[in-house]
Amino acid sequence: MNSSKATKLTRRTVLKAGAGVTFAVALGQIVPVSADTKAGAATGQTSIGAWVTIGTDGEILIYGPAAEMGQGSMTALPVILAEEMDADWSMVRIEHSPIEPEIYGRGAWGGSRRMITVGSQAVRGYYQILRLAGAQIRKVVLQAAAEHWGVPVHELSTEPSVVVHADSGRRISYGEIVEVAKLPEHLPDVDESDLKLVEDFRVIGHSVPRHDVPGKVDGSAEYSIDVHVPGMVYGMVERSPVHNGRPIAYNKSAIRGMDGVITTVRLEYGIGVVADSVQAVMKAKAALDIDWEKGAEADAFNSDESLAAYVTVPGSGQVQPRSIVQKGDARAAIERAEKQYQADFLADHVYHAQMEPLNAVVSVSKAGDSAEAWVGTQATSSARSAIADTLGIDFDRVDFHPCYLGGGFGRRSNSDYVVEATLLSNAVKRPVKLIWSREDDLKYGQFRPMCLQRLEAGVNENGDVTAWTHCVVGDGGGLLASGIEIPFYEIPNQSIEMCSVRHGMRLKHWRAVGHGFNKFAIEAFVDEIADDLGVDPYLFRRKLLRNSPRALNVLDTVAEMSNWSSGAPHDHARGISFAERSGSLAAGVAEISVDRESGEIRVHKFWCAVDGGIIIQPDNAVAQIEGAIVTGLSSVLFERISVEDGLVQQSNFTDYRMMRMSETPEIEVRFIESEAAPSGLGEPGVPVTGGAVANAFATLTGKRIRHLPFSSDRVRAVLG
Amino acid sequence: MAVHFSVNDRPVSTDVDPNTMLVWVLREHLQLTGTKFSCGTGVCGACTVHLDGQAVHSCVLPVSAVVDKSVTTIEGLSEDNSHPLQQAWIDEQVPQCGYCQSGQIMQAATLLESNESPTRQEIVSHMDGNLCRCGTYGRIICAIERAAAEGKS
Repeated sequence: MNSSKATKLTRRTVLKAGAGVTFAVALGQIVPVSADTKAGAATGQTSIGAWVTIGTDGEILIYGPAAEMGQGSMTALPVILAEEMDADWSMVRIEHSPIEPEIYGRGAWGGSRRMITVGSQAVRGYYQILRLAGAQIRKVVLQAAAEHWGVPVHELSTEPSVVVHADSGRRISYGEIVEVAKLPEHLPDVDESDLKLVEDFRVIGHSVPRHDVPGKVDGSAEYSIDVHVPGMVYGMVERSPVHNGRPIAYNKSAIRGMDGVITTVRLEYGIGVVADSVQAVMKAKAALDIDWEKGAEADAFNSDESLAAYVTVPGSGQVQPRSIVQKGDARAAIERAEKQYQADFLADHVYHAQMEPLNAVVSVSKAGDSAEAWVGTQATSSARSAIADTLGIDFDRVDFHPCYLGGGFGRRSNSDYVVEATLLSNAVKRPVKLIWSREDDLKYGQFRPMCLQRLEAGVNENGDVTAWTHCVVGDGGGLLASGIEIPFYEIPNQSIEMCSVRHGMRLKHWRAVGHGFNKFAIEAFVDEIADDLGVDPYLFRRKLLRNSPRALNVLDTVAEMSNWSSGAPHDHARGISFAERSGSLAAGVAEISVDRESGEIRVHKFWCAVDGGIIIQPDNAVAQIEGAIVTGLSSVLFERISVEDGLVQQSNFTDYRMMRMSETPEIEVRFIESEAAPSGLGEPGVPVTGGAVANAFATLTGKRIRHLPFSSDRVRAVLG
Repeated sequence: MAVHFSVNDRPVSTDVDPNTMLVWVLREHLQLTGTKFSCGTGVCGACTVHLDGQAVHSCVLPVSAVVDKSVTTIEGLSEDNSHPLQQAWIDEQVPQCGYCQSGQIMQAATLLESNESPTRQEIVSHMDGNLCRCGTYGRIICAIERAAAEGKS
């Protein structure tokens, strides 16, 4: 252990320079001290950067460390800091922080700090850290004012951006303090006792307008695809039609001889082209004639056939299951149960379909020893590392500019497209804007895996569920396990496991990950049991949730919002579901109708109650739940990627159907009042959609639909 | 080949392959990047601009088709975000990722040009070609209704 390094890293320095003061605050209290870790090996003070700068004019610059992909973290995180420092929000200016993970990252994932915006983690991950940082700055300002006036600090209080001495009626603004006061060399220690009480919050919970909205309304917000760099050229890649296939040979000289083409670049799984205009690069890409090596793992993959074959997997011994939860003896309990239930549920692959296709601008220097990059990514620090690693240069040699993301949803936490842009730029030593067409983005996508879920349950003579087994089968490893547990349902015997198979397809986190299909299966199955027992599905869930007051409150709230007991209008029906995700609890009710001729399900109304702890930005939080419900319903009703002989069958929004305005229900969202720490809100709206729609469908038609998506052909087949 | 047309009331001349789609000319030659590329096939609406006052998909419109015509992009809708729809979009806090929103606003603007008090059904049918992956549809409707109401008052 190198204690001097640790001391340097934990030192908080206040710098007074020029027309303002910068508070250089190392993020968080936990600093790795082992010299052999990446973080510990970092040099002390030089790696400490600034969070907040107060100008003498009173302007307060706050850095936001999270990627902004529409979820509003770029505003919500500065709100937290501004709250505790008691900043006047109208004086706050927000900028994206530099991509320095040792300073602005969070120490998850085995100790190394990363800047990554995934899993609805930004607000909950930074909440306490930013509150303490804000409290520390407020303390400095108070002490400085106390010294300036020669009064004890305990006689002072703050109002937004002003220190007040009530006894003498004196007031001094934060900007004036910066100008006149002596500032300490180091920031004072703070702990929880320095934090505000929830009832004293002035910014948190008050829905300040989002920082990024005006630029997204006049077209000035900069996404990486908008970046223009002098001397920039354009790159595209023709990727293997079968995922992870390799090129053998291609018409290199013909392509290189085309107008505007600068060079071609062989990648592991495709051929890149660089040309002097978008038009030229698109033409050249279209003219590529590539021989692909046979034998890619996904070569013979047929998604429908494989999915159908999954039915033979659970309990067959073909695949060694990985246990996720074992509680009591579920198998024995089912056998001795009064009633036994079993059902299989299926889900197809789905695609992220973020509106901005993947792209990046990377400029590798002539000497190849440095690079500048403009990227919209959820994983800013990994993307910067990926560029450095690709070029074999130090992290510090990459000047990285984070841009707005035209949607992330999990796709943009992989840096594959950033590496491609780096390779193309390195080949020409010029700035390259790499663009994926929509077809590229879809066909070489990374999908939410398809899967089969087998659920079994046993119920005793009192109607209590005594045993529960759940086996998910599919490719995608841990992606399949997300949301498969039922931590809030009171069931004594549980056996939950995963059977992994491989197909060689590219798979990835997709908004709410496995919660989308797992919670659908769980909630539909719970409903089937309730239905068979003749118990109202809301009351049946109340019984299952009986030991969780928070969960009960969420469920009761959605029942009240939807006036559950009154039922649906003629030809409509309602279904209910419950899910936990990202630390938040959600319950949803869908009201639907079905056109039996066309097989189209129409969702008319969706009610959703959410317990997300303290809500930092209530209006934006509502927007997140609304959006997640639309995305969730879109995936439940329409979205499907299928693969035949290794080839993705869809290509664009023409054949990958997504929810449009005319198909969107009226949505009503309510948050439970809470003083608990905030939990994630970007995703919990997704997993409540599948079960609610499936259950409403069963109530309306008497038939169970068990295969996502509930496309019109499947609906017609189920209805017979 | 030099192509002449007008963008946001200014004459422009650009030397470009006439088959180049308007979206790329706007974005890469004229650096008007508020107009977005998304599907490239005219089915999502992210690239919507006005051509002589009509909403068109610039990703499937060769620049040769706009010679001597007048194009308006989001940058030309107002100087300072003051168009009633832009104000309503801010008031309703519509955008999330924001990538489709220039197209949404340009599409909505042609509705209010021809119908100053559209019904909800008219709004939905006019806007249904514009996709939003973040799911802001409900707020888009509210913003159009707000802009229409404020236009009347």
